[in-house]
Amino acid sequence: MPGSILIFAEHFRGQVTEATYEALALGRELAGKLGAPLEAALLGSECRQLAAQLGAASRVLYVNHPVLADVIPESHAEALAQLVQAVSPKAVIVPLSNLSMGVGTLLGACLKAPSVNFCVDLTVIDGSIQAKAILYGGKMEATVTPQGEPLIVGLWPGSRPPDAGRSPDPPASVEDFAVTLSEPRIKLKSYIEPEAGDVDIREQPVLVAVGRGIQSQDNIELAEELAAALGGAVCGSRPVIDQGWLDLSRQVGKSGATVKPKLYLAVGISGAPEHVEGMRGASLIVAVNTDPQAPIFRVAHYGVVADALDLLPALTEAVRKRRAAAHA
Amino acid sequence: MKLIVLIKMVPDVVEELVIGEDGKSLDIDAVRMTLNESDDHALEEAILLKERLGGTVTVVALDSPEVDEALYTAIAKGADRVIKITGIDLPPPTRETALLMAEVLRSQPGLLPADAILTGSQAIDDLDGLLAPLVAHELGLPYLGILTRICPAEDLKSATVLKEFAGGLRGEFEVPLPAVLGVQSAEKPPRYVPVAKVRAAMKSAQIETVPAPARGDRELVCVSAMRIPEEAGAAEMLEGSPEEVSGKLCGVLAERGLL
Amino acid sequence: MHDPVAGTLFGVPGVLILWVAAAVSLTLFATRVWKYVAVLRKARGEVRWDRPAQRLWRFVEHVLLQRKFVREPWIGAAHLILFWAFVCYATTFWWNLLRGLFPMLPIPYAEQAPVVGKVLEWSGIVGLVALAVAAVRRYVFTPERLTRSADATRILILIAVVLGSYLAGAFATSDEVRHAAWWVHMLTVLGFLAYLPYSKHMHLLAAPFSVLFTSLERTGMPAPSEGAVKREEFTWRQLFSGLACAECGRCDRECPAFQSGYPLSPKELMEHVKRLVRGDGGPPMDAAAIWSCTTCMACMERCMCFNEHLPLIIEMRRRLVAEGAVDASLQEALMKLNRYGNSFGLPARARPKWTQGLPAPVKDARKEAVEYLWFVGDYAAFDPRVQPATRAMARLLQAAGVSFGALAEAEMNSGNDARRTGEEGLFEVLMEKNLAAIGKVSCQWILSTDPHSLHALKNEYRWRNGHGRVIHHSELLASLLSGGKLSPQRRLEGKVTYHDPCYLGRYNGIYDAPRRVLTSLGLELVEMPRRRERAFCCGAGGGRIWMEDTVKVAERPAEARVREAAATGAATLVVACPKDLVMFQDAIKTTGLEGKLQVRELADLTAEACAV
Repeated sequence: MPGSILIFAEHFRGQVTEATYEALALGRELAGKLGAPLEAALLGSECRQLAAQLGAASRVLYVNHPVLADVIPESHAEALAQLVQAVSPKAVIVPLSNLSMGVGTLLGACLKAPSVNFCVDLTVIDGSIQAKAILYGGKMEATVTPQGEPLIVGLWPGSRPPDAGRSPDPPASVEDFAVTLSEPRIKLKSYIEPEAGDVDIREQPVLVAVGRGIQSQDNIELAEELAAALGGAVCGSRPVIDQGWLDLSRQVGKSGATVKPKLYLAVGISGAPEHVEGMRGASLIVAVNTDPQAPIFRVAHYGVVADALDLLPALTEAVRKRRAAAHA
Repeated sequence: MKLIVLIKMVPDVVEELVIGEDGKSLDIDAVRMTLNESDDHALEEAILLKERLGGTVTVVALDSPEVDEALYTAIAKGADRVIKITGIDLPPPTRETALLMAEVLRSQPGLLPADAILTGSQAIDDLDGLLAPLVAHELGLPYLGILTRICPAEDLKSATVLKEFAGGLRGEFEVPLPAVLGVQSAEKPPRYVPVAKVRAAMKSAQIETVPAPARGDRELVCVSAMRIPEEAGAAEMLEGSPEEVSGKLCGVLAERGLL
Repeated sequence: MHDPVAGTLFGVPGVLILWVAAAVSLTLFATRVWKYVAVLRKARGEVRWDRPAQRLWRFVEHVLLQRKFVREPWIGAAHLILFWAFVCYATTFWWNLLRGLFPMLPIPYAEQAPVVGKVLEWSGIVGLVALAVAAVRRYVFTPERLTRSADATRILILIAVVLGSYLAGAFATSDEVRHAAWWVHMLTVLGFLAYLPYSKHMHLLAAPFSVLFTSLERTGMPAPSEGAVKREEFTWRQLFSGLACAECGRCDRECPAFQSGYPLSPKELMEHVKRLVRGDGGPPMDAAAIWSCTTCMACMERCMCFNEHLPLIIEMRRRLVAEGAVDASLQEALMKLNRYGNSFGLPARARPKWTQGLPAPVKDARKEAVEYLWFVGDYAAFDPRVQPATRAMARLLQAAGVSFGALAEAEMNSGNDARRTGEEGLFEVLMEKNLAAIGKVSCQWILSTDPHSLHALKNEYRWRNGHGRVIHHSELLASLLSGGKLSPQRRLEGKVTYHDPCYLGRYNGIYDAPRRVLTSLGLELVEMPRRRERAFCCGAGGGRIWMEDTVKVAERPAEARVREAAATGAATLVVACPKDLVMFQDAIKTTGLEGKLQVRELADLTAEACAV
């Protein structure tokens, strides 16, 4: 429908992604403010059943094509472009995940439509959409006004709670949309599963996460002691894994795991958006950093400005005492 | 193998970022520029490919403060040719950058056709799109990003690449060459090149300059305001000695039944 | 006495035997020595014959008088005796050889000359006693890292035979015994001569030259180069260390890296060079060993043969850096130094922030003339653990009415440690920037609270006229206290001990000024066993503070040092270097000495005593 808010519904291995629900949540809000319908574009191959999960949208446009079985950015963008030209939405929201990286940009380029990347919020001012985007690793927030339609939004994870984008009911209508796609140039050959680590950090109730602030591999022992005292495990941000101090299976963030433990203790982690993406769902977030301006303090519930090397042993000691007293 | 690397200078976030007088852009005089981190990886990947398979590496950048040092460092690392696009006042948004670079690649002799165009997967100032897919679209080439390994086939007509997904999952793709590839991280961390080598490059090497082609396209997005994000819902800060703070934290954890 | 060379030995004329033996021995000796000389000639050049008067004096001091060695209990005296015994015996050997080879010469044998005989007898007897002392030390009370090689045993036996055979001949009653002794003696010496260049006893020939060609500067830095791995890439003087090494193990015993369990052994470094010189091949030195060095120069300080371990390490590091073979954390530190002028990765603008909270602002030396330009240094300015001491120094200077200022944002890391990681180019860049900034300042002295910066500014910066006039803050404080510009108001309690920083002590010979400060404050100073030029490095130098530990060590150098400090009974360990402060604070935590020992910086302590 012209003037609708169109969500690109991302899915992987038979599941609609959390990022899609976040997009639906935001789209729902935006559509409400504009008095416009919310629609979802489901692209794939023989996956019509997934449309039932997109009930937040009033209409799901299902594009079925073998080429779309896996996400190849240019093929998906080509299909979406045809869809958008037919449907004329006011805005298209594409999740910014590794899976869909590039789809939004290519769509914007195909349509010569305004594009906003790193978007964290959308509002309506005088009937037109305004986007808020974070730049420079989270250090700046830009308010962006598009000069044209449709607005292609690359939505950064975490803008809305995914539950607000779920619906118990299926969408009011699911329509098929046919596209003609050129022969894909890029082919997916296979997926390489990550090696199972000794510990699945997604199952842990408590995670002690270490970042660059831990300074050296030796100090990770301090984190391990605390994790053991708390009954959890150690995980890390990308720099720590890249250095080889922790196994890849312990990485939390955009290219790592998304975790939702009861307690996430972020030690020496600055809080770059790529990491925050992986842990913002934790029930209790405590951050320790020597820099009081660290972005992590924006997402944490409790914060301590201190050197990890001083705090970790003290905290481990305190936890052990408490536990011993409780069991006495 | 003929490789082109596109690099971009971005604001160095180590420095405090200051908003300019107009309230909607960075104070460009107060900011220092640094090479975009994933572009550094793209350059390293290109040099590694050159070392393994032979060929040439050409680096292209827009003129920007401190870009000269990045270009000479590229030479010291093993790049053969470095090109700077001049006549730019302020760093343009990514879409404009992509159009300028694509135009220069097309118009300058000896650049295209190349076997692959490498650039960083993304940059911290990519407000209106990512560079790699935009350049690919302009040049009509295939694109894939978030890559951690590039293995060209012997005939250089295609390459097997590894793309990173969430949770440590990786996907192996076959991409026809030439293509535009967005590098997330090179096979090895960017190498160290001693200062003496960079200084030697400054004396012996030449940065080719190309005037920026005129672009008439109007901006599709415009930034109406910029601000430092508020500490909305910021953390409750705990103060005191490590022992005091630990005590307070234990209290909080006990409340939540975590101890 | 009947002439020993007259007559026959096993049917062969004695003279002939002597000729043949001498020819064989001298040929073997000369070919081997010539081979070494050829290797040294092909190596890179280095000028070590400037200031001949100073060099000759060193020769007298350390070769003839053995002033450095003689201080050691037992072996010092023993070695001096053996040295002089050797000189006597060597001289008389040539005399006797000449006489033996040319029996028609109208000269007596050496021992037949009146005094000579007595001298030889006494030096022989005393020499044997000294030899016994050396043997007991070597085999019974074996010092750590002393190689009890077969080679060394052979040498001891040969010396014993040389001396013993002479004495046997001297006290012989019959001609047969005398002649036998003579022949044993001469042939043994000839054998020794031939064996010498193949053994560790080459140090006998090489060490005196080592002393003559020693470095007259105290930097341990080779001239700028591309680094070295292969034999020809080192300088002849660097290779010479391999020849002069007597394998005594003193360097290993002093080395903080080796003692802590890091892969570096200065002695093995010498052995590696020896193998290089001999052309024995073998792989290049392990990079982990090369990077373990803290550049403290304890090895060179202790070496009795004046070997120069540190230039070798630096040359090898330069090559590793040129190849980009630098580990990630060091790489990051070097990149930060290059980009931000400090290893913390903080913007230059943040450098003057340490001054916040001072009663009066610190003058900007770029804007007004000052008497002392205070080159603050990275750690003193940026590290929150050190900033209180830096502020204390500022308050002291202000209280004393000293005219001083700093370069604020224009100051860069002095480059000392970058240079010692082998990044010569980075050092040049930092030095140029600092010289440019300092060049615009009007001052009489440069003041430093950081020995690393002090060393670079004083000894390695290319000032237009001579050396930089640089003074350490302990020297200034000592003079302010003695001149009454600062006076202690409080009596500070407790015993203190003082750690001599490597770059202040061994490198620049400043040992007393800090001690004078402490006694001026009325403190009771107890000394650690390893003090002054024997001080044990904290482990941060040579860029080590920027490097990851690749091996698990039982006890880090700083941990060993704080234990040593605590063992003196002192409650306070006083330091005069920011890196020492940081290293020892951490070590006190990791060794569980918290509450028993505290670290205080000298200026901080002085400010407390002076109620400033």
